[in-house]
Amino acid sequence: MQRQVALIKQSLFDQKIIIRTQMEKYMQGYLDEQFVELEELQDDANPNFVEEVATLYFKDSARLISNIEQALERGSFDFNRLDNYMHQFKGSSTSIGASKVKTECTMFREYCRVGNAEGCLRTFKQLKKEHATLRKKLEQYFQASK
Amino acid sequence: MAEVMRPEKLDMSNDTSSLGSPELLHVLAADDSIVDRKFIERLLRVSSCKVTVVDSATRALQYLGLDGNHSFDLKINLIMTDYSMPGMTGYELLKKIKESSAFREIPVVIMSSEKSCLVLIGICLEEGAEDFLLKPVKLADVKRLRDSLLKADEIAFKNIMHKRELQANDIYSQLKRAKI
Repeated sequence: MQRQVALIKQSLFDQKIIIRTQMEKYMQGYLDEQFVELEELQDDANPNFVEEVATLYFKDSARLISNIEQALERGSFDFNRLDNYMHQFKGSSTSIGASKVKTECTMFREYCRVGNAEGCLRTFKQLKKEHATLRKKLEQYFQASK
Repeated sequence: MAEVMRPEKLDMSNDTSSLGSPELLHVLAADDSIVDRKFIERLLRVSSCKVTVVDSATRALQYLGLDGNHSFDLKINLIMTDYSMPGMTGYELLKKIKESSAFREIPVVIMSSEKSCLVLIGICLEEGAEDFLLKPVKLADVKRLRDSLLKADEIAFKNIMHKRELQANDIYSQLKRAKI
């Protein structure tokens, strides 16, 4: 309780704190501690660093999603290839702190490991959903902090 | 008797040519992920390092001039490489660097997101890697690396200076004995 009071007090002087605590509620598990680490690398000389990273991430992940979709459409499941794409996807999701997306990537890879095509398809659908939601939330977040 | 330059008068402190630039560490980083490249570059810049980022082990070798083409006078203080990259892996890059007479002294750090990698850590360290970092890399990790490199540089520098001082003292006493 005391911490809340202190935060509110501080927030009267520091707009960033308001955005941070609101963001935490809004993001609700979509982002983890790594995102905070990225924000801490931002400064007055590099005020758009996080947004730049996010832009690169969504560009890169769009490419990966498209590759995976093509691979899945072909019908014959090349689990090695799919796992490879997911490894990349998981990697960049980890670096930006996209925790829900990361979880789906992990699950997908497990299904690849045991050769479960149905599981892959199901998980991929969920992954795309989480990914789209994250994208929307981040776009709104960056807009709000300008 | 001719005037002999006493050791204290010799200007030894400015000759750092053999050590390269003592101020900024120059780090070469290799990673095939565009997001990770952006991230590691920022981590290194925030830690006051000069950074060169490449997207593959092959390009890293090109940059170092190890692909056959002799490069200009390059001073790299640290190489950081992702482990799993398409084509040549970070491990293979590590081996090539340790095999090269020009660059084997440069510390190489491997980065990997694989959690089940105890064996990986073992073989990399065995091959001469300086350190192994789990991704996502933390700013604290980078600063720790930088500090240990700067300290090593400082120790090397002090050793060289001390050696020169001893040599200068030695010459001085020889000349004195010869009563020149």
